[in-house]
Amino acid sequence: MGLFNRRKTVFVDSDILVVGGGMAGCGATYESRYWGRDLKVVCVEKANIERSGAVAQGLYAINCYMGMQWDENQPEDHVRYARNDLMGLVREDLGYDIARHVDSTVHKFEEWGLPIMRDPETGRYQREGKWQIMIHGESYKPIVAEAARKAATEIYNRIMVTHLLMDEGNSNRVAGAVGFNVRTGDFHVFRAKAVIVCAGGASHIYKPRAVGEGMGRTWYAPWSSASAYALPILAGAKMTQMENRIVLTRFKDGYGPVGAYFLHLKTYTENAYGQEYESRWYDHTKALVGDYIDRHPVPTCLRNHAFLEEVKAGNGPIRMVTKEAFQDPHKETVGWENFLGMTIGQAVVWASQNIDPKHINPELTTSEPYVMGSHATCSGAWASGPSDYAPDEYQWGYNRMMTVDGLFGAGDTIGGTAHKFSSGSFTEGRIAAKAAVNYVMDLRNEQPRVSERQYDELRKVIYQPLENYRVGRNEIVAGTVSPSYILPINGLQRLEKLMDEYVGGISAHYTTNEPLLTRGLELLGMLKEDLEHLAAEDLHQLQRAWELHHRVLASESVAQHTMFRTETRWPGYYYRADHPRLDDTDWHCFTVSRYDRNSGEWEMEKAPVYHIVD
Amino acid sequence: MPTFVYMTRCDGCGHCVDVCPSDIMHIDKTYRRAYNIEPNMCWECYSCVKACPQNAIDARGYADFAPLGHSVRALREEAKGTISWRIEFRDGRVKNFVSPIRTTPWGSIPSPADLPPPSGDAMQSQELAHEPDALNIASGLPALAPDQLKQGVV
Repeated sequence: MGLFNRRKTVFVDSDILVVGGGMAGCGATYESRYWGRDLKVVCVEKANIERSGAVAQGLYAINCYMGMQWDENQPEDHVRYARNDLMGLVREDLGYDIARHVDSTVHKFEEWGLPIMRDPETGRYQREGKWQIMIHGESYKPIVAEAARKAATEIYNRIMVTHLLMDEGNSNRVAGAVGFNVRTGDFHVFRAKAVIVCAGGASHIYKPRAVGEGMGRTWYAPWSSASAYALPILAGAKMTQMENRIVLTRFKDGYGPVGAYFLHLKTYTENAYGQEYESRWYDHTKALVGDYIDRHPVPTCLRNHAFLEEVKAGNGPIRMVTKEAFQDPHKETVGWENFLGMTIGQAVVWASQNIDPKHINPELTTSEPYVMGSHATCSGAWASGPSDYAPDEYQWGYNRMMTVDGLFGAGDTIGGTAHKFSSGSFTEGRIAAKAAVNYVMDLRNEQPRVSERQYDELRKVIYQPLENYRVGRNEIVAGTVSPSYILPINGLQRLEKLMDEYVGGISAHYTTNEPLLTRGLELLGMLKEDLEHLAAEDLHQLQRAWELHHRVLASESVAQHTMFRTETRWPGYYYRADHPRLDDTDWHCFTVSRYDRNSGEWEMEKAPVYHIVD
Repeated sequence: MPTFVYMTRCDGCGHCVDVCPSDIMHIDKTYRRAYNIEPNMCWECYSCVKACPQNAIDARGYADFAPLGHSVRALREEAKGTISWRIEFRDGRVKNFVSPIRTTPWGSIPSPADLPPPSGDAMQSQELAHEPDALNIASGLPALAPDQLKQGVV
C-alpha cells in the first residue's frame, strides 16, 4: 500500500459545496455567497472553471429568455412550450420557477459584460426565435466564471469528484464529497453541510458516428461524463425521465447547431431530390402519437422522426437549403459566426471539404443519443419544487433538494426541466443555492458527521485502477492488451457498443425492445464487474476511469427506465419496437427510479404529472 | 480538429495545460513543450488555441472526415475585447470575421459579498439576488397559485 501512503489527504470543510463549476455551478456559487454572507462556499471542478462545462467554447445565443420587460413572453408560455416539446411530460412547477427568474439572470450577464445583440429598430435584445436571443458569447464562460470566483470562498480546479459522502447517523443525508487532484494525485475530502451537484450530463454513453479522432466531436462536450447522474444515483437519490435521451439533427460531422439557421436565417430542409418531406410522414406519425403531431411548434423528436423515416426510405441525404439566405452578406456573417462562437469544429469541417453554404446546401445528420437535462430533454434527479405553489407530491423539503437530505442540484442534474439551456441552468443554480443556504441556516447544531472509515474505504476504491496497472503491467511485455485489466478506453468502447446495439443507438436506428434491453442489462452487469479491473497508467487515466464509472452507472439507469416505460413516447429520440405507440392512458406520468447501492437493485415507480391548467 | 502544437513556437508555459477542459494538453517530458495526448477526446473547443501566448497551437480537422489543407485560426485579444477568425478553405478561399467578446473591463464584476446584505424577510421570499429590480418589470416576481396545477392530460 506504499502507493497510497505517499498521497496527501486534504480536508476541506465548508457550509456549501458546489460540485461542478459550469453554468449551474457558477450560478450556485454566486447565489450562495449573496444569501450566505458568512458561510464558507466551496466550488470544486474537474477542469478549470475559466473554461469548463458545456459552455467552455462559448455560445452564440441564449436560448431561454422571457423578455417580460417588453411583454414578449410570460413564464406560463415557456412552460407550455417545454411541455409541448417533451410530448406532455415536464415538471411544470420547476420549469415555471426557472422561467420567472431567468430574465434577472440574463440582465446581470449583460451588466457583467456579456455582449448581447440589440435589434437596431426596437432597441430590444435581438431575437433569434421566440425564446432565443443572440449574443457574442465567445467569453460567456470566462465572464460567468469571474462572477463565481468573486463569490466563492475557495475554488478547487482539477479535482475529479468521484463519490458523495453520507452522514454517519442518517444514511439518507449527504455530508460532502471525495475526489482526487488530477495533477498532484492528492486525495480530497470535502465535508459540507449541504452539497449542490452541478456536474455535467452524459456524452459518450452511446457509440458516436465518428469513432476515430472524430469521436471527440460529439454534440455534447466529451467531458460531460454523467457525473450529474452517477453522484446522486450512488447516494440513493431518486431519478426521473432517464429514458428521455435526446438525438440532435445537426450539420453533418461537425454537429454545428441549426437553431439560428432555422429561426433567424430562415433556411429550411429538403431531401436529396429537392423535396419537402416532413408533410409526407404526417399520417404515419399521427398514427403513432395522435394529436401531438398537430402542436406548434412541432415537437423536436417528431421532426427527427420525419427525418429518420425519409432517410430510411432512401431519400437522403437531407440538406439545409442555405444558398438563398447566404446571398445576404449579413446572414452569411451570422451563419459563420454562429459556428465560430460555439461549434468551431463545424467551420473546420466546411473549410476542409470546401463547403461554402453560399454555393452548396450542406448535409444534415442525426446524432447519437445523449442523456442530459437542460436542452430539449429532461433526464435527471427528482427534486422538490418551489414552496409557494408546487403540488404536495412535488414538495418534501427545500427547493431543488433531491430525495436525499441536504443534497441539491441544478442544470443537467435536475430532471423534468427541459429547455433551461445556459441561462436557465445558471438560474437553477441560483434557486438551489438560496434553498441550500436556508437549509444550512436551519440546521443549527445538527451537523452531519463523516467517519474516517467511510473516506478511507473510498480512498482505496478511488486509487485502485493505479494499483491494478502497477501490478498487472508486469505480466505482459508491452502494449495495451492484458488478461488482468482493461484500460478506460476499452471499457468506454464496450459501453458505447452495447448501448448502441441494445439500448437504441444509431446502428439500431434508435430502436430497442424488451429482449434487447434484457440482454443489454446483462452485458452492462458484466461491464460493471469488470470496472473493478480497470487500470490507469497515470492520473489522467485515473480521471478517465472514474468518468467511465459514472457513465456506466448512468447508462444502467437509462436502460432500466427504458425498460420500465412500455410505450414509445418520443419517436425520433428512441423507439420501443414492442410498444410502438404513445400511450397516454398508462404513461402520461414520470418514471422514477431509486438505486440501492448495496444490492445493486433498481426500484421503479410512476409519479404524476401536474399541468398548469388555463 | 484535434489540436496540435508547433515545436518552434511553444515555450512550454503550460497555459493550455491549465485551461483544457478535457485534460488532454500535457507537457512532453523530453521536449518540455505541450502536446495533445488524446486527440479523440478533443472537442475542438479552441480553449487552448485562444489561451496560447505564442500562438503555437492550431487544429487539423478530425482525420476521419476532414480532408487536409484547411485552417481555422483564432486570435483572442482581451485588451481589445475582440476575437478574430481567419478561415482558409482547402481550395484556398479565405473568410475573416471579428466579434466582440466583452463590454466591460476584465475583473470588474463586483462580488455579491460587497452588496448590501439581504433582509431576513428576503431570505424567506421567493426572490433571488437583485430581484425584483433586475427583472425590469413593475409587477414584481410572478408566481402561480397552487390550484393552477392539476393532474390530467392536456
